[in-house]
Amino acid sequence: MIVRSPMRAACCALVTLFATAASADIKIAYIDPLSGPMAATGEHGLHELEFAAEQVNAKGGVLGQKLVIVPLDNKLSTQESQIQLQAAIDQGVHYIVQGNGSSVAGVLIDAINKNNERNPDKAVVFLNYAAVDPDFTNDKCSFWHFRFDANSDMKMEALTSYMKEQKKVQKVYLLNQDYSFGHQVARAAKEMLAAKRPDVTIVGDELHPLAKVRDFAPYVAKIQASGADTVITGNWGSDLQLLVKAAKDANLKADFYTYYAGVVGTPPALGDSGVDRVKVVTYWNPNSLAANRTAYIDAYKKKYGAMADPYTGSMHNAIDLLAASMTKANSTDPAKVAKAMEGAKWDNAFGAVEMRATDHQLIQPLFVLTFAKNDAKARYTADGTGDYTFKQDVRFEGPATARPTTCKMQRPS
Amino acid sequence: MELFVTSLLNGVTYGLLLFMLSSGLTLIFSMMGVLNFAHASFYMLGAYFGYAISTKVGFYPALVLAPLAVGSIGALVERYGLRRAHATGHVSELLFTFGLAFVIAEAVRLVWGSTPVPYKVPVSLDGPLFTLYDATFPTYKAFMMLVSVGMLVALYAGLTRTRVGLVIRAALTRPDMAEALGHDVPRVFMLVFGGGAALAGLAGVIGGNAFVTDPGMAESLGTIVFVVVVVGGLGSLTGAFVASLFIGIVQTFAVAVDYSWHGMSISRVAPVIPYFIMVAMLIVRPRGLMGTRET
Amino acid sequence: MSPAARRRWIVWGGFAAVLVAAPLVFNKGFSLSLLCQMGILIIFALSYNMLLGQTGLLSFGHAVYYGLGAIISIHALNLVQAGWKFPVTLMPLVGGAAGLFFGVIFGYVTTRRAGTTFSMISLGVGEMVAACSLMFPAFFGGEAGVSGNRSAGGAFLGLTYGPQIQIYYLVAAWLLLATAAMYALSRTPLGRMANAVRDNPERAQFVGYDPQHVRFMMVALSGFFAGVAGGLSALNYEIVTAESVSAATSGMVLLATYLGGIGFFAGPIAGAIVVTLMQTALGSVTKAWPFYFGAMFLATVLFVPGGLASVAMLHKRLWDARLVKKAAGVYAIMAVPSVVVLGFAVLLVEMAYNASDESRSAFNALGITLDTTANGTWIAVIALTIAAIAGWRLAWRVASPRWSELGAALAGDRRR
Repeated sequence: MIVRSPMRAACCALVTLFATAASADIKIAYIDPLSGPMAATGEHGLHELEFAAEQVNAKGGVLGQKLVIVPLDNKLSTQESQIQLQAAIDQGVHYIVQGNGSSVAGVLIDAINKNNERNPDKAVVFLNYAAVDPDFTNDKCSFWHFRFDANSDMKMEALTSYMKEQKKVQKVYLLNQDYSFGHQVARAAKEMLAAKRPDVTIVGDELHPLAKVRDFAPYVAKIQASGADTVITGNWGSDLQLLVKAAKDANLKADFYTYYAGVVGTPPALGDSGVDRVKVVTYWNPNSLAANRTAYIDAYKKKYGAMADPYTGSMHNAIDLLAASMTKANSTDPAKVAKAMEGAKWDNAFGAVEMRATDHQLIQPLFVLTFAKNDAKARYTADGTGDYTFKQDVRFEGPATARPTTCKMQRPS
Repeated sequence: MELFVTSLLNGVTYGLLLFMLSSGLTLIFSMMGVLNFAHASFYMLGAYFGYAISTKVGFYPALVLAPLAVGSIGALVERYGLRRAHATGHVSELLFTFGLAFVIAEAVRLVWGSTPVPYKVPVSLDGPLFTLYDATFPTYKAFMMLVSVGMLVALYAGLTRTRVGLVIRAALTRPDMAEALGHDVPRVFMLVFGGGAALAGLAGVIGGNAFVTDPGMAESLGTIVFVVVVVGGLGSLTGAFVASLFIGIVQTFAVAVDYSWHGMSISRVAPVIPYFIMVAMLIVRPRGLMGTRET
Repeated sequence: MSPAARRRWIVWGGFAAVLVAAPLVFNKGFSLSLLCQMGILIIFALSYNMLLGQTGLLSFGHAVYYGLGAIISIHALNLVQAGWKFPVTLMPLVGGAAGLFFGVIFGYVTTRRAGTTFSMISLGVGEMVAACSLMFPAFFGGEAGVSGNRSAGGAFLGLTYGPQIQIYYLVAAWLLLATAAMYALSRTPLGRMANAVRDNPERAQFVGYDPQHVRFMMVALSGFFAGVAGGLSALNYEIVTAESVSAATSGMVLLATYLGGIGFFAGPIAGAIVVTLMQTALGSVTKAWPFYFGAMFLATVLFVPGGLASVAMLHKRLWDARLVKKAAGVYAIMAVPSVVVLGFAVLLVEMAYNASDESRSAFNALGITLDTTANGTWIAVIALTIAAIAGWRLAWRVASPRWSELGAALAGDRRR
């Protein structure tokens, strides 16, 4: 080995000293960004996954074995994800959890399909907790993939069903990020509004580059000029925060129907500009829970702080289903567990849920909530804040949000 | 008609914000021929320092203290980093500022985390200033415009009317002669770099609460600033002013316009138009609109 | 055979032997993927050095040629799947052709000027292409990218390119060919004139060569090799997304090339290997890896501008001059203080990450648990760091004269 600068060699060796070792039992790999711009979202997911696993282990684990989480940083890169998948398989992992980025999810599904076909003894099951591209439970469905978040079409179904009853929705403006997810949201919105409220006019359909726009004032001006009373947007992160800020600055009198107003970083940034103006479609509504179903949330807040909100309930559902299916199949073999998982029905804190066997999409209750100022009535605040919360507008039972599927799943014999 | 007027107003506001950001960079580039990649990072530092100081002492002290802090960091960077890199050539300087931008972004992430910080507009400046047609124009944006124009006036006056400005301009065109006449040119360089950084820091204090303050803010604004400096003219302050307004207005109107060209709507590509302009300018007239030197 | 020719055979033969033997030593699935990644980055970095090191053109948008080469290759792969009779083995040539094509187009536009102007134009072009890649999903595949199947088109001499080991040998073969080609190019008149244009464009003009023409040719050819790397990456990952043309990829190849050393042909090879290893190894051990990368890059720019290759060359000269024992003496004095200072710096960085992390998980340093939120801990560690730096400066005061002696001896040695 070339003797590089002693500084560099020392640096590497020292850093290794701070590493921790992993142990045996049932390994579940978490492949998401843990560094870089999306680190906060990836970290949050990891906390929720670790917490869910801890709850299971505290009750004795699964089949006498403990669940061990193996975090792998994919740096939000599809290529890095493939490499980390390989690393996970080498470490004897059979269960992968991922959710940040449909592009990564798509790559993982392809890679896992190929891997399971070429090396059946190293088969892997993919638990998708947040990648919402509808294709994964339609044309690109896979026996090895299970989705625990409602896909973007299902969420639009819920939003538009709510809008159907709202008389004040007359002119709708669509503003989305210019990439596949944004395109999907715009398409679904147009389709479903045309079916449910043919009287509503779409007065604008705008796309803007992802995470590049700092000043949304020109877009808000255009929305105002169109006379829209409702804006539907799939924007997330800074794109959503800046849009709502600009809307408040210009005194835009329109309601925002969003997908991601509740995720880490957004509620504090929305602040007063979002109150009573921003709505969100989500499966997570802690304020609707009866007092005896909140133990999980309270335990989570005890561990991670009063302002932390375990809004990624899909993680909890995934681990619960995994544990139950392993017990039912009396095995940790991926193929057997996957067979036990599909078609499973159970009750979680919010109501009846089902892992639909045809396409491996979880069907669960969905809510439309409005961002509001916290008052004594709300038991839980929005993530990262003490002053704001989400108030329920409507609840849809699982079957009302379910959509038909084009999935023709190939099952192993 | 109302869309036209609102867009014009928005365009001018955005353009003035760009000028606030790029004035410091033009100064540094005119002086030292160094295209400072870390300029937007100083903007980000200004925003974070503004946030930290304003939560402890208030927004108005932060307006003064934060730029001073960023300026001192800039001066230190020049003295101990850039000067060393300068010895090994232009490429080293560019690479140094490139690496510096990266390290500053990571350091910010280290200290304040990856999520945006709740840096808020001060209550005294919050709220609408006037109503135009149906839309309100926020007071804070008017404040931003005021500061930006003030910056231009102060810089221009400072450079042309004061003795210090005279020395700076001499060091720009004839550094060896200025040194031969007894002026401490390296110290002038250090002060100018620090001054440029302080200007960026001031822009950060003001811009950080109007827009989101998060570790990614340097990346998203960094390249636009280069476009302004390049289009305006490498070395000209008035050029940077004209270019900022031009780009601000063009970008805003591109969004407002409902025109499609071959199926691609102009508003979709609006945020990318500045790059087209920059590439076109570099090909056709590398000196920029009002530039005094090329590279 | 002359000694020079014999040396050449040994070097290239050794290179080929290492390529063949590597997977036998590192044979886990993950290691194979890593080796393939390294191989692709080596070709990419070498192509970048054609611009930076040989022609003096600092480009911030080189990923454009790599990414466009990859995209065209994956579309070609899908055509093969649909029936086009083209051997998958030669797919990197398709990528190379695409890289050459775009190199000609963008090269014509960007090489009108050199220096900082060229860098700015390359930045602008890079941003444009990256932004367009998300806006034209039909061609670029949008965020999900375009995927393909490298086993398309049936087996070629029994190779389906399904298993990773076959892909490795494909990458290795192309790596050998591309490296040889680029090395040969650097020794042609064009390569030599590129060096001349880098050092003194005016003089080159006086000798009769148009600097703009030379730069244009180098950009186009460098685009070709970048496209070859892109084609290989399309085959390796079976998917191409917008990240292939992104600013991050441009930055990564710049880092790898510069770290390795732009003054030597083999510099980028070392840089690519080190960067790949560090990314994976560091990335799995600490979340602060981007910070370390940036700090390393800054340290290289300031203190070791010649990169790893220059360090290796320095030690080779020390060896030739039989001064290694003296050098070892200096290292012995500086080793412990350097390690201690570095250790504290790393500790500070890791503590900062832990403190800003919301989970407040326990922080373990060499078995000692530290509370990263307590001011006392921070004061203690910072004080210890300052003490360590003071110790380092003391040691350097002792070692410095010996190091200067070495430098003088080497300089005297050169005069011989």
